[in-house]
Amino acid sequence: MTTFDYAPALESRTIVTIDPQYGHFINGSFTKGSNHFASINPSDETVLSHIALGSAQDIDTAVDAARVAYESVWSKLSGKERGKYLYRIARILQERAREFAVLESLDNGKPIRESRDVDVPLAAAHFFYHAGWADKLDYAGMGNSPRPHGVAGQIIPWNFPILMLSWKIAPALAAGNTVVLKPAETTSLTALLFAQVCQQAELPAGVVNIVTGDGSTGAALVEHPGIDKIAFTGSTEVGKAIARAIAPTKKKATLELGGKAANIVFEDAPIDETVEGIVNGIFFNQGHVCCAGSRLLLQEDVAEEVLSKLKVRMAKIRVGDPLDKNTDLGAINSSEQLLKIRDLSKSGDDEGAERWSPPCAVPEKGFWFPPTIFTGVTQAHRIAREEIFGPVLSVLTFRTPQEAIEKANNTPYGLSAGIWSEKGSRILWAAGQLKAGVIWANTFNKFDPASPFGGYKESGWGREGGRHGLTAYLKDAESNNE
Amino acid sequence: MKYYGLVDGTEASLNNFLKSLPGVDQVGAEARAAMLGTRSIKTSSKKKAIDLAISMVDLTTLEGADTAGKVTALASKAVRPDPSDPTVPSVGAICVYNDMVSIARKHLDLVGGSHVPVAAVCTAFPSGRASMAVKIQDTLDAIEAGAGEIDMVIDRGAFLSGHLMDVFEEIVKIREVCGEKAHLKVILETGELVTYDNVRKASFLAMLAGADFIKTSTGKVAPAATPPVVLVMLEAVRDFYQITNKRIGVKPAGGIRNTKDAIKQLVLVNETAGPEWLTPSLFRIGASALLNDLLMQRMKMRDGYYASPTYVTID
Amino acid sequence: MNERLEVKKTYKLYIGGAFPRSESGRTYEVKGSDGQFIANACLASRKDLKDAVVAARSAQSSWASATAYNRGQILYRIAEMLEGRSEQFIKEISASDAISESKAEREVLAAIDRWVWYAGWSDKLAVLAGSTNPVSGPYYNFTIPEAMGVIGAIATEENSLLGLVDAIAPIIVSGNSCIVLASGRAPLSAMTFAEVLATSDLPHGVCNILTGSKEELAPWFASHMDINGLDISGVDEPSLVSDIKTAGAQNLKRIHSFSKVQHPKRILAFMEAKTIWHPIGV
Repeated sequence: MTTFDYAPALESRTIVTIDPQYGHFINGSFTKGSNHFASINPSDETVLSHIALGSAQDIDTAVDAARVAYESVWSKLSGKERGKYLYRIARILQERAREFAVLESLDNGKPIRESRDVDVPLAAAHFFYHAGWADKLDYAGMGNSPRPHGVAGQIIPWNFPILMLSWKIAPALAAGNTVVLKPAETTSLTALLFAQVCQQAELPAGVVNIVTGDGSTGAALVEHPGIDKIAFTGSTEVGKAIARAIAPTKKKATLELGGKAANIVFEDAPIDETVEGIVNGIFFNQGHVCCAGSRLLLQEDVAEEVLSKLKVRMAKIRVGDPLDKNTDLGAINSSEQLLKIRDLSKSGDDEGAERWSPPCAVPEKGFWFPPTIFTGVTQAHRIAREEIFGPVLSVLTFRTPQEAIEKANNTPYGLSAGIWSEKGSRILWAAGQLKAGVIWANTFNKFDPASPFGGYKESGWGREGGRHGLTAYLKDAESNNE
Repeated sequence: MKYYGLVDGTEASLNNFLKSLPGVDQVGAEARAAMLGTRSIKTSSKKKAIDLAISMVDLTTLEGADTAGKVTALASKAVRPDPSDPTVPSVGAICVYNDMVSIARKHLDLVGGSHVPVAAVCTAFPSGRASMAVKIQDTLDAIEAGAGEIDMVIDRGAFLSGHLMDVFEEIVKIREVCGEKAHLKVILETGELVTYDNVRKASFLAMLAGADFIKTSTGKVAPAATPPVVLVMLEAVRDFYQITNKRIGVKPAGGIRNTKDAIKQLVLVNETAGPEWLTPSLFRIGASALLNDLLMQRMKMRDGYYASPTYVTID
Repeated sequence: MNERLEVKKTYKLYIGGAFPRSESGRTYEVKGSDGQFIANACLASRKDLKDAVVAARSAQSSWASATAYNRGQILYRIAEMLEGRSEQFIKEISASDAISESKAEREVLAAIDRWVWYAGWSDKLAVLAGSTNPVSGPYYNFTIPEAMGVIGAIATEENSLLGLVDAIAPIIVSGNSCIVLASGRAPLSAMTFAEVLATSDLPHGVCNILTGSKEELAPWFASHMDINGLDISGVDEPSLVSDIKTAGAQNLKRIHSFSKVQHPKRILAFMEAKTIWHPIGV
């Protein structure tokens, strides 16, 4: 038998320049910053740079800058002109796409194929989409002359750093808000590169401010009295803390939180594409996806066939260097996250589920976890209830469509769900029954700026993307902050 | 066991079996093929892939203007694709119309290419619109003239009108005619079947009826061997092996013109049917212009600078 | 002097289509403008709320799966029945809210019209808040608004009937079920309105009405994990609002307060946008 091993095909990292140390981006320029901490490459644990730990004082300075920019510049600018700034940003993101992709893979650990083909193009698309809204807000369904909230405080996660930045900043700016954004502690570099894009686009100073740091920096942002609107993507636990923190205030909030999505496979599913969808659902971005299809629900009469095909397919997943163009599964973002994945996987073992991974050599340095499935999982297992946020799939079975829906909805989360069937009426029925904000039927993990994204129940408040997402950054002209 | 024990030779059992196949979602299949198209094959693996691809080429001429001169040139090239470099392997076969088979066979033997088989396109290629008697005679002639491989076309009209049993019986007949003397490749002409569901159904139909290979296209209809079509056929042979323990070959033909396309096909094989299929006995690429591009890429790998068409032979 | 002694009504709670007394056995005196006793109302307890949530949850999915046309007709039927009993409401509100009969009449007529207005929305919400989204790829992608589930509401103290209708109608028209705490000061018309609902075509459990103290019950509304959303238009005290929002964070309840009385925003606030993707291929 011939073997066909793919030689390393490394994307060159010479396209990126990383400074040894970064400050914050406030009022159009970089500060020196203080209390710097190391930001490492999760695939080999080398130090990439040192990131400033934003203090309450830094947040205060940034919010002030955003307020001044809002009142003196941005709110006075016509929608048409605001839109042109967003178009400029979109174009620069496209021009520097490869640079962003390489930097994202270095900093986050995700495969270059995904940062290059998904994260960065979608980030640019978000700016294009919202650029077009800026001078059409009267048609956003909020009545004539809707108003921005003012200064938005935005906190983003480490799983899609530049993409989540674009989900936050593009609609905020289009609607006329100014922003203070805090990137995740482990993935600040593309946000800081984005600050350079703002400079190249000649965006007025203070419209976008980026303060790096950890949870304490985020808390200072949430609690700052000068913030009118919070937008957060992250864990449900922190989302609830934010909801409590703003309870005594008039601050508005959108929250994109956790999920434990069911991916339901009916007996008449298109099997091969379903297997692809299962793989894409849970192993895309190392499973660091809030809407990951982490609970696979198989109809019993096809369970064996699907599982056997899934295992064959999983054996083809290429785990390794994120900068290798042939890598399918990159590094886990941090040692902390790796521990969490290991802990939950161990609970799967302890609770009697059966673990399987294909033979798979992972690098010695860095944070790695092989693609893993657990079979024999029931709704009572921790791995069927808690968000693992890693490349770990829990497999359950069901007998009837009704049972599938009951199991799928049996979670406090409600972000997304998948349906695999060739029968149109069954798909529409199931889509109607599922309590989730995004339903992927015969596909999974698809995103688009025109498509609203967000969850039911404890998966969050509000939507991002589309007209629905835009309105979260607007209030109607006569509104009393409703 | 006859028909692998999967169907019993009745129309009902054939129809039931083919109906039981899962559907193919077009968007999903195309997305998978496109993703595999992003595989980056470099350096040592590229070198290996190029030689493998050369050994899999069914070097083809299927023109009304074919002459003995053209065919003998093709045969010479098939044996020694690069006269300046003896490490270049011979191609998988040469593929010609059946009146050219004896010329091709004789010339191959003459130039030291007795290991290179001649494939003949048969059964009223490319349309398949002829009586069964003609199709059988067509095949007999080719085998008589020395063809080791028969590339037959299916009756697409019968397939599309739902007369699956007619298609099946034709293949069974030609299989009988081939006997032990020739390998049978069944051309589905996927460009006329249009949907991936049809491609999957026709693949299984051909395999059940006794095909040694399933082949995408005649080369006379576009689109031909697109990556998603080949993906679906590779899934079919993989699944058929799971059921029957018998490996059927796959031959994309038409539209594969350069090294990049050919390597994409090898990646499809590697990650769909599996590396077991990465051999000329289970995977062929029907092509003509492709070979020279493979040779030029090979020179580039060898010499470190880009080659010129001047330095590869024309046929 | 009247020869005949008036037969007075016992005001109870409305839960799951039935009229139970509070499980706590508690009542409180409802008084008119001059301080005279009008009736005893139930002082609902947290357990009454719990029972109401169970009733609301079990009624919700079939109510949501009724056609929009059907829900609209049922809401319109409520208006019809209210119209038929308007005299009774005018008298009751005039006494309990301490307003003139003409003012009471205006309120009752407004309440009837409010039902008509909301009834008409049932089959237009998807047009207002839904969309097909032109995504970049071979996918059909559309967004539809969907009922959120079980919604609680604290009705305003003023306008005891109209405030109640403003709380209930926008919540249930989309397919939610609700538990409403009626005006604490003037709860009687709410329970008379419950009689309208009980004899209407609204499935039992879709609307449940409690009377009692919002200071006591609002925190329980806020912390109940099976309530998905909360209309606190009837809560003015900033500290209570803050407490409600804090407690509601535990299950990320959607908590809203409205100043507009007749606006689709009140409906959409308690709906979720669901976006569905499907490939387009042959």
